[in-house]
Amino acid sequence: MTKIGLEIHCQLTKLESKLFCSCKANYREFEPNTNICPICMGIPGSLPLLNKSAVEKATLIAMALDCRTPDKIAFFRKNYFYPDLPKNFQITQLNAYGNTSIGWEGKISVGNVKIRIRRIQLEEDPGRLIYEGATEKTKLTLVDYNRAGTPLVEIVTEPDFETPHQVREFLNILSDLLENLNVSDPGLEGAMRADANVSIEGGSKVEIKNIGSFHDLEKAVHFEITRQQSLAERKIEIVQETRHWDDGRKITVSARTKEEEAEYRYHLEADIPWVRINDGTKNQLQIHMPESISSKKERYVSKYGITPQVADILSSDRYFSELFEKANNETNAKDIANMITTDIMGLLDTREKRDASKLKGDHITDLVEYIKSNKITRASAKLALDEVIKNGKRLSEIIEDLNLGHVSNEDVLSGIIAEVLDEEAKAVEDSKQNPDIVNFLVGKVMQKTRGKADPELTLLLLKKHLDID
Amino acid sequence: MNLGISALNYVNGIKNNEFTVEEFISESLDHIKQVDEKLHAFLRINDFAIKNAKEIDAKIKSNQNVGKCYGMPISIKDNICIEGSKTTCASKVLENFIAPHTSTVVSRLHSEDSIIIGKTNMDEFAMGLSTEFSAYGPSKNPWNNDFVPGGSSGGSGVSVAANECIASLGSDTGGSIRNPASFCSVVGLKPTYGLVSRYGLVSYSNSIEQIGPMTKTVEDSAFLLNIISGIDPNDNTTLDNKNQDYLSDIDAGIDGKKIGIVTEMANSDGLSTNVLDATNDSIKTFEKLGANCEHVSLQMVPYTVAAYYTITSTEAGSNLARYDNVRYGYELDSSGFEFNSYISQARSKLGPEVIRRMILGGFVPSAGHAGKYFSKALKVKSKLITEIKHVFEKFDFLISPTVPIQPFKFGEKINDPVSFMMVDFNTVTANLTGIPAISVPYKITNGLPIGIQIMANNLEEHSMLQAAYALEKTVDLPEVQI
Ligand SMILES: [Zn+2]
Repeated sequence: MTKIGLEIHCQLTKLESKLFCSCKANYREFEPNTNICPICMGIPGSLPLLNKSAVEKATLIAMALDCRTPDKIAFFRKNYFYPDLPKNFQITQLNAYGNTSIGWEGKISVGNVKIRIRRIQLEEDPGRLIYEGATEKTKLTLVDYNRAGTPLVEIVTEPDFETPHQVREFLNILSDLLENLNVSDPGLEGAMRADANVSIEGGSKVEIKNIGSFHDLEKAVHFEITRQQSLAERKIEIVQETRHWDDGRKITVSARTKEEEAEYRYHLEADIPWVRINDGTKNQLQIHMPESISSKKERYVSKYGITPQVADILSSDRYFSELFEKANNETNAKDIANMITTDIMGLLDTREKRDASKLKGDHITDLVEYIKSNKITRASAKLALDEVIKNGKRLSEIIEDLNLGHVSNEDVLSGIIAEVLDEEAKAVEDSKQNPDIVNFLVGKVMQKTRGKADPELTLLLLKKHLDID
Repeated sequence: MNLGISALNYVNGIKNNEFTVEEFISESLDHIKQVDEKLHAFLRINDFAIKNAKEIDAKIKSNQNVGKCYGMPISIKDNICIEGSKTTCASKVLENFIAPHTSTVVSRLHSEDSIIIGKTNMDEFAMGLSTEFSAYGPSKNPWNNDFVPGGSSGGSGVSVAANECIASLGSDTGGSIRNPASFCSVVGLKPTYGLVSRYGLVSYSNSIEQIGPMTKTVEDSAFLLNIISGIDPNDNTTLDNKNQDYLSDIDAGIDGKKIGIVTEMANSDGLSTNVLDATNDSIKTFEKLGANCEHVSLQMVPYTVAAYYTITSTEAGSNLARYDNVRYGYELDSSGFEFNSYISQARSKLGPEVIRRMILGGFVPSAGHAGKYFSKALKVKSKLITEIKHVFEKFDFLISPTVPIQPFKFGEKINDPVSFMMVDFNTVTANLTGIPAISVPYKITNGLPIGIQIMANNLEEHSMLQAAYALEKTVDLPEVQI
């Protein structure tokens, strides 16, 4: 089985200032090295001053992803030398003395798949390296520290994805969520980055780094699975390694230098005292948060009597659950839920289709109502749905346009039945021995009416014609 | 003019028109010129001191509001930043580093109209206890120039002892205020962790170090603590001093107080006979003052020096990693270097003791060795904290000699790092546990000073100063001859 795990870095771009100083969190408009101060430059004598709003926003993300959240958080130093790191250590989090990172053990559903969140932590973004110069002799590495210290939330998933498509769907859901929580603008360049790890049945885990966009991430994962499968087919060992995504050639390449064993000499960041996140704060955050998936599911089951399976599918997708909330008027909840999960989800199975769709909650309310009152058959409802998605017209208009109204006029229906009995002489004959054949004839009538025939009336009339009781 | 007066007497002198700020400052500068070539307490003198003095004199003359310090000259250890001037940490790596910010302690001194007379010598990055590791040469003990003044705040200790200034601020990571205070016969106070802002202090081991006063009298330490302590929005680790006036009731005495004599510190193998005698003498003094003295054992103490060096090296390795000469530093052409080789080139300017601790700091917390060293050190620290908490349920104060030995000669210990480290034996406990401690000059034996250390529970500086004051009042020490 293919296993894919993700490590997502999301900047809290909606914050005013960096994680430990008052420089701007949105560094994008600045000339290089103008959005800096002694703190984010690590000048001797400076001390990090924790941005409490960053802790709240990160906690909000953890809660939205159904994570467990700690009573107090701690920061750690991850020590390594790199030119984009002003202090040559990064202030980040680690669950070394119990769970003291922003969140852990969360989950989010992507379609029918549940993706577990291993850990969420709050940390500072490093600066950026810019390579300049064409020839070897004029080559320069320039450092821009404007980004250094930008609040970053790292979300690590368990390897619960099985396909690149699921990865893409997850990232869509996640960026929706982050936008919805008003913590980040995932559309900003570099605001959301992800690394992936991929392993196929019997193979070692391979990390893919350096992936520029989510679009490329899906491609990179896809490429990597194919690469590993082709190795496996040829009985070549898949080695544990880090590979980089080559944006130009759209392939993954082995990181040339062997990654040294991680030696980060983690220890507590004493300059930032442990921060208590009491229940009051959490409750306050909860008030401002879109309902979590699990409590939504629970509510669907307990309040509306929707089956747990349907509730699970429905609650895990923000788009469809919002559609549900808008369409349902308490009495029709079950039918709405079923229509969304059995019909609509299939029609709107990609973000692109959803973005283009004109379907509104009212449409679904009306559809269910029409079916219930026999104004339209389920089969016609499907045709109507297609139309609504395309043009967003009112349901009554569409029924008119497409002539989808229920054929429940006895005369009209009798005429059609006569036609069918004519054409299906053999079935009529057989029905004398086997009365169940009548169902076959109902189907034929439905076909002729493109599903508009009232099924009960059709059956009644057919039985009358065939003399079955 | 008597330059050897206390801070409180200086203030009185100004108020009573006995001298002007300018007179005092100018005479201090003359004195520094005279003696500091020999003592080398200072790395730099403030060129604007006279100008500052004139400004404060003018304020006094025109009856404007004048801060509590009335222009008194105070020296500052050279790891504490003042905007626009050099802060070198006595290292070649920061030879040309000009601080872009002023430390909170100096801001507070400035706003009380003190004059920063100069920056004092120290062991490089505060790593050491003799100033022999200063990249700019050691300071000399004013009691005997062949002997070390202690460290790492050695320059601060000397500057106060030799009357080059009224008081000084040092920093104490494992005894770096109390050790030179003891060796130079001045008062040195290490506050509760968090009581004094570290903003503007160049970090060495940031989980345990504090800035504190070094003064001629216990009262002066209380006076300075009043000014420098308390919450600072620029340091998340600072604590509320509750507007405590540390000078109030400083003469309350210690009648009926319970004093624990830390067995491991008062009777250690490394304790010199002279220091032992002085300690036993001080116990009698405390009892005469009405305190009940009793021996108490802190079983973790024998492990504290090892734990201390493990923790401080780990943090030093991290805190000093930024000196890669990329964003500031000295001229070093980077062309042709790969990043890591550039860093090692840049770091070749670090002195031997710093390099020793950086190597140690790379090793003890590393993945393969943390369990054996760093984690164990943290365990010792946490057990020690438990022991200390327990002990302070019974005792008001703990006492010990500040340093197990008297000042030693230059070069005597420099080639024996372990015996060097053991000099910290009695002082590191206060840093590892965060509690306050003060060294009070108690005796001069064979022409060299001995100090007694009083430790108190967290944020008990007020009562600790009362005990120190009581002890101080019983001693009459000779003047230092410079
Ligand atoms: Zn900044």
